[in-house]
Amino acid sequence: MANRMKYGRSNVAKVPKSLTGVTGLDEMTDGGFPSGRTTIVVGGPGSGKTILSLQFLVRGAAHGEAGIFVAFEETSSRIISNAASFGWKLGELRQQKKLFFLDAKPTTDLVQSGDFDLHGMLAALEAKAREIKAKRIVFDAVDVVLALLPDAAARRREIYRLHEWLLARNLTGVISAKRGSDPIPSVDQQWFGFMQFMVDCAVILHHGVVTGVSQRNVRVQKYRGSAFDENESPMLIGAEGLEVATAPSLSRSHPKVSSRRISSGVRRLDTMLGGGYYRGASVLITGFPGTAKTTLSGAFAEASCQRGERTLFVTFDSDSNEVIRDLGSVGIRLAGFVKSGLLRMVSARSITGSAETYLVRIKMLARQHRARCMVIDPVSTWSNSGGDLTAHSVAERLIDWSKLEGITLVCTSLLDEISSQSEVGAPMQMSTLADTWIHLSYVIQAGERNRGLSIIKSRGTAHSNQVRELILSNAGVTLADTYSAGGEVLMGTMRWEKESAERAAHQITEAAARLKRVRLDAEEAELAVRLKSLHVELEAKQVEKALLIEATKSREGELSRGRTRMKELRGSDMAISVRK
Amino acid sequence: MSGTARFKFRLYIAGDAENSTRARANFLAICDEHLAGRYEVEIIDVFRHPGRALEDGILMTPTLVKLAPSPVRRIVGTLSHIEPVLQAFGLNRSSP
Repeated sequence: MANRMKYGRSNVAKVPKSLTGVTGLDEMTDGGFPSGRTTIVVGGPGSGKTILSLQFLVRGAAHGEAGIFVAFEETSSRIISNAASFGWKLGELRQQKKLFFLDAKPTTDLVQSGDFDLHGMLAALEAKAREIKAKRIVFDAVDVVLALLPDAAARRREIYRLHEWLLARNLTGVISAKRGSDPIPSVDQQWFGFMQFMVDCAVILHHGVVTGVSQRNVRVQKYRGSAFDENESPMLIGAEGLEVATAPSLSRSHPKVSSRRISSGVRRLDTMLGGGYYRGASVLITGFPGTAKTTLSGAFAEASCQRGERTLFVTFDSDSNEVIRDLGSVGIRLAGFVKSGLLRMVSARSITGSAETYLVRIKMLARQHRARCMVIDPVSTWSNSGGDLTAHSVAERLIDWSKLEGITLVCTSLLDEISSQSEVGAPMQMSTLADTWIHLSYVIQAGERNRGLSIIKSRGTAHSNQVRELILSNAGVTLADTYSAGGEVLMGTMRWEKESAERAAHQITEAAARLKRVRLDAEEAELAVRLKSLHVELEAKQVEKALLIEATKSREGELSRGRTRMKELRGSDMAISVRK
Repeated sequence: MSGTARFKFRLYIAGDAENSTRARANFLAICDEHLAGRYEVEIIDVFRHPGRALEDGILMTPTLVKLAPSPVRRIVGTLSHIEPVLQAFGLNRSSP
């Protein structure tokens, strides 16, 4: 990580600066090279000095600052045609008098006798600078002309002259010089130390080969009166010129944090994650070869496309058509989205170069495609190119960058079978940076190899702690619950057995319950019948009782009537009144 | 080398800078010794004519250009080392 030193904070009057047009470098220098002062750019052959100087002029010319390029080493026509590959139209700028090229390459048949100086060139440049109102000037490969001078004293004198001339004209100057890779300068390069001491800003470019991969670095060695990033940063020659990769500084804008969830493409995984991945999050999927990392990332890509989001799928392992075919076999259909242009598949096998190159290409592709979701499968390929250290910082920057852009990133990473049996050895320490880390593994049990999925971490999410079984079929990808028995997770056939055993047990209980219900039904029915018969019996009794009462009444009436009749018949009236 | 060829020179100097003053003196001395009566020279001060320097591609001063006889040669410096100068002129010291 860059440790940013801020010396200049207390200074009220900041050094005025001129942007170089090299994005990362402008951040390292906190705004570019010092205006009206001299900057020296030093590096070995092919380290990008000329490109850097040109980019500095092009940036100026594009913003109304005319510039002069003094070419000591190459002819201006060659420089102009080389620059065309970056899309810089130097010829046009020259016609518009925004740029002027001075061919100052010493001719080979030049005879030298005694001391000389640069008066002639400076007088000529002065006239030209006034004519086009130049603000920026570059002396490219000044070492070529310095080498012609007879002695060290003369070299110092001419450097001094050049410097004074620049200061007096208030031109923002860049002097580039070649320097061998020796840490101790040779005798004829003693001027170099003097120059470094004299100028206000010194930038060192380095080009080397680390384990067979070309790597460029840039370092700001000094910057008078300004804060600067002192660390060496990777640099590369991209499609539009130089690009310096810097670690994000605190001053940079923070990415928008979203609490929206998007589907991982596997419904049950979404459930495990509490709704899916966070929008704009970085997801790392690790696992051994064949643990379905690509499948899982493919499911994510499919889900993104189904939502109508532009997606970039970068595959390092195989051809993109192969990936589409293979994913089709597990019910993930991407071909249609490729055709509609929603999904862009890129096979990055063809890209060779350092991790930096990959990063820049991927950023460019994502920007071109305006991707909202991105899959990189696998990101671990990077560790092969240019050493772990670089790959790590690249992965870090990839995550930072995608967050800044609000791109949801899914990276897979291959764990190699021997070195990383432990999950701790996740490649490139990306695991600490990723928001969600899903680990896929094989669980070997009872002669079977089954795929297990576990969520090792997921920031800001209450996630399931359980290992699930990942099942691939031609109907798609799904997860299955696993059974723990005696502290062991059961998968595959054992899970199936357990499942069927449970099913059987369930059936038995079910049958028993049904039986009981039937019995109860019968009893209920029986009781109801009995109830009914009792009712009927009751009614009968009531009728009987009513009849009885009736009968009694009528008999009594009959009797009294009979008695009266008898008394009448007997003629007694006494008996009637004295009834008991 | 015939001793009759006419020489034509152009000498670019930077005002009265030390190197330029010395070059002018050395040039005249060499010509007096080796090319007496058969040379002509145009002396151009780049401070006064910066456009000329630009057009002619003169970046280092002093610069002496031998225009004739051909081939055209450029000699940079104070001309204090006579050997390379005479060689560029096509003159051999042993046959003056």
